This record gives sequence, C-alpha cells and structure tokens, in this order.
Amino acid sequence: MKSLVKLLIIAVMLTPVMAAASGGAKLLKAPIDINDKESLRRGAQAFGDYCYSCHAASFMRFNRIAKDLDMEEQEVREMLIHTYNEKGAPTKIGDLMEVSMTDAYAENAFGTSVPDLTLAARARGADWIYTYLRSFYVDEDRPTGFNNAVFPDVGMPHVLWSLQGLQEPVYETVMHGDIEVDEIVHFEKIQDGKLTRVEYDVFLGDLTNFMVYIAEPVQVERRSMGWKVMLFLVVLFGFAFALKKEYWKDVH
Amino acid sequence: MSTDMKPDSGVVDTKRRRFLVNSTSVVAAVGAGFVAVPFLSSWMPSERAKNAGAPVEVDISKLEEGRLMVVEWQSKPVWIVKRSAKTLTDLVSLDGTLSDPNSENVDQQPEYAQNANRSIKPEISVLVGICTHLGCSPTFRPEIGAADLGADWLGGFFCPCHSSKFDLAGRVYQGVPAPTNLVVPPHKYVSDNVIIVGVDGEAA
Amino acid sequence: MSLMNWIDDRFPATKMWNDHLAKYYTPKNFNFWYFFGSLALMVLVIQIISGIFLTMHYKPDGAMAFASVEYIMRDVPYGWLIRYIHSTGATAFFVVVYLHMLRGMMYGSYKKPRELIWLFGMFIYVALMAEAFMGYLLPWGQMSYWGAQVIISLFGAIPVIGDDLTLWIRGDFVIGDATLNRFFALHVIALPFVLVFLVVAHILALHEVGSNNPDGVEIKKLKDADGVPLDGIPFHPYYSVKDIVGVVVFLFFFSIVLFYFPDGGGYLLEHANFIASDPLKTPEHIAPVWYFTPFYAILRAVPDKLMGVGTMGAAIVVLFFLPWIDRCKVKSIRYRSIVFKLNLLVFGVSFVVLGWLAMQPATEILTMFSRIFTFLYFAFFVVLFVTSKNEKTKPVPDRVTS
Repeated sequence: MKSLVKLLIIAVMLTPVMAAASGGAKLLKAPIDINDKESLRRGAQAFGDYCYSCHAASFMRFNRIAKDLDMEEQEVREMLIHTYNEKGAPTKIGDLMEVSMTDAYAENAFGTSVPDLTLAARARGADWIYTYLRSFYVDEDRPTGFNNAVFPDVGMPHVLWSLQGLQEPVYETVMHGDIEVDEIVHFEKIQDGKLTRVEYDVFLGDLTNFMVYIAEPVQVERRSMGWKVMLFLVVLFGFAFALKKEYWKDVH
Repeated sequence: MSTDMKPDSGVVDTKRRRFLVNSTSVVAAVGAGFVAVPFLSSWMPSERAKNAGAPVEVDISKLEEGRLMVVEWQSKPVWIVKRSAKTLTDLVSLDGTLSDPNSENVDQQPEYAQNANRSIKPEISVLVGICTHLGCSPTFRPEIGAADLGADWLGGFFCPCHSSKFDLAGRVYQGVPAPTNLVVPPHKYVSDNVIIVGVDGEAA
Repeated sequence: MSLMNWIDDRFPATKMWNDHLAKYYTPKNFNFWYFFGSLALMVLVIQIISGIFLTMHYKPDGAMAFASVEYIMRDVPYGWLIRYIHSTGATAFFVVVYLHMLRGMMYGSYKKPRELIWLFGMFIYVALMAEAFMGYLLPWGQMSYWGAQVIISLFGAIPVIGDDLTLWIRGDFVIGDATLNRFFALHVIALPFVLVFLVVAHILALHEVGSNNPDGVEIKKLKDADGVPLDGIPFHPYYSVKDIVGVVVFLFFFSIVLFYFPDGGGYLLEHANFIASDPLKTPEHIAPVWYFTPFYAILRAVPDKLMGVGTMGAAIVVLFFLPWIDRCKVKSIRYRSIVFKLNLLVFGVSFVVLGWLAMQPATEILTMFSRIFTFLYFAFFVVLFVTSKNEKTKPVPDRVTS
C-alpha cells in the first residue's frame, strides 16, 4: 500500500517535466489578458487593418465580436467588414470572417497558401505569434525583402514594417556540441517606424490578445461557469457526505 | 452484524436519514436540471441558422407590375408582388368568397398589414410563400379566368398539393383545406424601393 | 405496491433490484481504490450522452469534419461545453480505468474465482482503446490524421497480408473520407454496443462470484444464520451513498480540467490538432494522446518494424494472462512478499516512465531508457510467474480488517 502511494507521488512529480519540451528560437512571453476588452478591441482593429485582408478567420462571426467585446454591430461593421458576399449582397454581421483570396492566387503570390488565423493561437501558441511578429528582419535574398528568425524563409511579407521600422540581425557564433553555428542574438534597428518600441510591443500585445480570443471565444464564459459548477459540487458534497456518514453508522 | 445493522447507539435516527436522503436528492435534482440546460439548448437554432434567418434586404426597384419576386428568409420563400390598381379594386369584390376577408386572425399578419390590401404600401404585397394547410409552397397564378381555376378567378395563388386557393393579398378562399390566410412576414421600408424582411417597422 | 406486484409478475424488477443492489452483499472494508469501478461506469454514461449530442452537429465528411467541430465549439448553443465534456471524458475514462486495473493487480482481484471478470475487463480495455483511437480521428486535425496514419500503418508490419490489410482498413490509398466515415460509424454505433455488452458481462460476472476486497478475503466463507456474509453489507444503501460521495469528488476534479484546462496544455487536445488535416504535410512531432503513450514507447524501443508491433501487442496481450501468470494463492498485496511489492512498484513506475518517454523526441539516450523500461515492463510478468509459486506470504485473516 505504502509503495503504491510512493508510485503515485513519482507520477505526479514527473508531470511538470513533461510540460517543458519545445524547440526552436526562444519565445517571449506574450502579455495576454483575455478580460481586457479595451485591448481586445484595439487588437480587433489591428487585425482588421493588417491581417484580415489576406488571412481569413473563417470560423469566427462578426457579430460574436460585437457581443463579446461590448461593441455596437455598426462599429464592428466599420472596423472589419469591407466586402460583399458571393451573391453580391453586403456581408452580413452574422457572417463568418472569410476572405475572397483563393488558395491558388495565394500560392502564386506568396508561394504558399495563406493560413486561416481563427485557431492560430491554439495551434502555435500566443507566445509564438507575439515573438514571430517582431522577428522580421531585412534580408535581400528573400523575394519579400524580409526573413524571420522564428519562422525562417517565411512566405509572408513584413506587413507591419511601417509600424515597427526595419531591423537587421546581429549574429554570434555558438558551439552546438562540436559544430559552430551562427545564431541571431538580437536585432539592430536600422530605420525607425511610426511606433516606438514600447508602442509596438503594446500593439502586438493587443493583436495577439485578440487572436487568443478568436481561437476560443468562449473562454471567459467557460471559466466563469467553472467556479459556479464547482461551488455547487461543494454544496452537494456536504449533503452527500453527511448522508454517507449517517448510513455508515450501521457498519462496525 | 449484518443481521442487525444498527449504529453503535443501537437506535436508527430515521428522521435524520429521511431528511438527508431528501435534501441530497433535491440538491442532486437541481444539479441534474442545470446539466439538462446545455443539452436541451443545443437543439436551439445555432448562430449559423440565426444568421441564415437574419433579416434580408430586398431591392424592389426592378419589380414590374403584376410580377412576383421570391427572396429567401429563414430558409423560407418570401413573395413580393406588385399589384396593379385594377387588382386592388378586384380584391374588394372577392370579400364574400373568402374565409377571413378582413384579416381578423391576428397571427397571420403584423398589425401594420391588417388592412384591406394586407400590406404597408397598397400595391406591394409581401407574403411568406408557404401554404397554411400543410406547408407546400403554392404557385403564382396571376392570369385572370385561368382555365383550370374557373372563369371567376381574378389571379392569386394555387397550392398544387391540396388545391387551396388564395387571392393576390394572400387571403384564403372558402371551401379549401387551408384554414387561414397566408402569413405576412414582419418587414419594413428603409427607402422607397428597399424592403427589409424580418424586422418590424411602423406602418408607412 | 400493487403496481409493483403487477410488474414483478411480468418482469423481475424487484428481483433484479435485490440481486444487484439491495441484497448484493459487498465486503464492508472497501477503500479509496474501490471507487474507480463505479466511476468508470459513470464516465461511460457521460461519454454516451455527450457523444449522442455531438453526433447531432458533427459532419463525418472529409471536407466538413474539421469545420463542423469548430461549428460545435462556437455556433451551437453550449456546443463547446458538450464537446469539452466528451474530450475531457475520454481522458477521465482512461484515468479511472488505469486506477481500476491497478487496484485489481494490488488486491489480486483477477484470481480464482474472478478470472472471467478480469478477462471481460481486459476486453473492455481493448475495446476502449479502439473506441478512443477512432474517436480521435473525428476532429480531423493534423494530429488526428497523422496519428491514425501511424497506427494504421502498424498493421502493415504483418507479413504477407499487411499492405492489403491497411488498404482495406483505410478504404483509400491514404487516410481519407472513407476512413473517416467508417471510423465514425464504428465509434458511435459499433464499439459503444460492444462496450456496453462487455460492461454488463463484467458486472454480471462480478455479482455472480461477489466482490474481492483489500484483504483478499472471501466474505462468502463465513455467513450468519440467514446466509448473509458476516463481513458483507448490502450494496444499497451503504455503497450507493458512498459512491455518490466518490462521484461528487470525481466531478469536482473533472470540472477543474473541463473548465480550466480543457486542452491540458496540449496533452489532451494537441496543438497540431487545431490545424485542419493535410495529407501533404506531417507535423514536426507526432505523439499519441497520453493514454496510449506507454505502448507507443514500447513500439519505438524496438528497432524493427514487425518486432516492434509484436512487442507492443504482447505488452497488452500478456495482461490477459495475469490470472495464470500469478500463481500465488494469497490475493492481497497486504499479505504478500516484499518481492511482489517491489515488482509491482517497478511495473507501475515503468508504465508511467514509458508514457513520458513516448512524448519526448527519440534521442539516443532516451531510446536506451525506453528499452530499459520496456524490459522492466515485461520482467514484471516473468518475475511474478517465477516467484509467485512458492511466495513467502503473511497469514491471511479469516475476517476482513477495517
């Protein structure tokens, strides 16, 4: 019996180790606060201005954003809807956030299809998105003129360059076992953008926050339902435990 | 011990047991009720269905007199008919042959369409194109005196399923299986030629 | 009561109630470990109900499946809750089943006269693995797709018929719409039927011979004048009220995962499964869901395809023979030798460590560890067979201890 308790303890101790594994460039911690509706609304604006013309978020409906982020439908319409649907009627507020670009067109223009962004935050993680969007650097060998430290040889151009400005990588030689590898250690600004470094961080934080929200719009409701359910179970436990105690008085 | 299952005290507190059984059952039943809510709600129209059923905007500027156009609202056909002045006078003459000529059944039309023409603008009729008998979609039969519908036919709708007949205001004839007039959906004019079907507006 | 009499004349309602609840005498010394049987039954019910409701909105079509899951998560009222109940339930099912099986091993619940209960249980376990595997294909994400690709390819290791067999299972040259559709049918109709049938058989067999207990004492040996076991108490009301407490506690932990960690940091709903399946692009790192990982580690530990599949299969098959591998007459770990205790501990640790290893990239050193623990996994059965014949045991009491 005792030995099995030990076994369980070992099993529990191993769990945090399992959570570690992840490769590639070091990722920065994205400042996510899904309850900050102000930030989410700014993120929605950024998403509409810079992402949504190419990337779809085709599982998300416009009116869901209005409802969840306390916005008027008209505001969302002005922020995000600039299109007509395939029948030529104006896109409805309840429609999905699709884009008209076809995969074939994208393959031609960027050499790859343009991924849907609805679930990007669940597939890649918020930190990945946050770090990726600030890791573009000037690279004349790439067709877009940019490369990315997090996603090498990415097909996407640096659509935010006018905000971030331009940067160049600084390499350092590190030893990986016996092999010398040139690694990017940091970036050097070579041209300022419209935003300062701090403003750009806030901008990306908002945008990432919004993408975390659209990846699972129900998360705020989910958490708030959770503690209510658990509170109920505590009450039920009180009654059930007293009931059990009462009956088990019979058992000697 | 199994023969006389009793607590150490030797006395079973039946009152306390009954109270605990009942109270635990009640709390558990409340829980079960809460659990039922999401499962039953999942049968309600989804956001996709609601979007498909959202109000639709219709431009009627190209609708000619005597013609019908069909738009889809909540996956149902909605007819918009532009009636001539003659048709409107004809409608009055039919009153005697109809079941509910004055649209007294208030479930079949919004208040602003409870008038002689069952419409906001006299010449424009907006109707849900589903027979009030068993849900078929009647056909538009505008031709006066159509051979199969009798010489006194002044134009209207004929349901091929069970031969119900309606006039050009969607009013049902006497002696047919359909019990009530065709439904006038909620609608409003946002401009002279643009109707939104699916939301109520004030009478024009 | 006349209504009850009317029914009893036509259907054995009262008889069944008595046989399985009110007069089913259960050892009075059940401990914590004995909650997991009834919990497994409850999770089965949760899975069936939530599954039925998911079926109402899910589309088993290669072009629509992925989107229909997101449709459930967003557009269906409370669809997200039903989906998370089902996905969390899958993990909960394996947690309680593994603990239930460990309980059986600790207290020798598989021993005579309960061999058939163990066998039915093992069939339930295998059916459950098939059920979970097929269910995992349905979200139709990258992990669903490539996980299924890998597992189905295992059948390709079978000599001669392997390739034709995998083709037959998939119904296409790669995993496709046909595979998805048939897995859906098996997941929602065929296997649930099999599971429910096996669970009924498992419980009927249990109620025929009576429950074991932490002392491994047969309570039916000592009965009072009325033929009631001296150490027995009626399942109802004593264990029904006790199991309700267990259920509430279980639901509390279930809710923590369901409402706060539904994707379990990528171990319950894997990150790559939020990308729609793509037959042209393999994810960088394929790991099965946690409940399959110990066997997957065994598979990877063997550097030969056929041998690997064979070893993995053997790891499951050997469990069926446990009642005959363990030759010790004493049931409970409480009265068994230190050798058995250590042996079981090593087995448990191996199982957990193998599970962890399967989730790591296969480096040289970790592969070596996989081999060591695979060896230890099988060594358990060998050591058990050899040492259990003449094991030094402590005296077993006549009556249960409390």
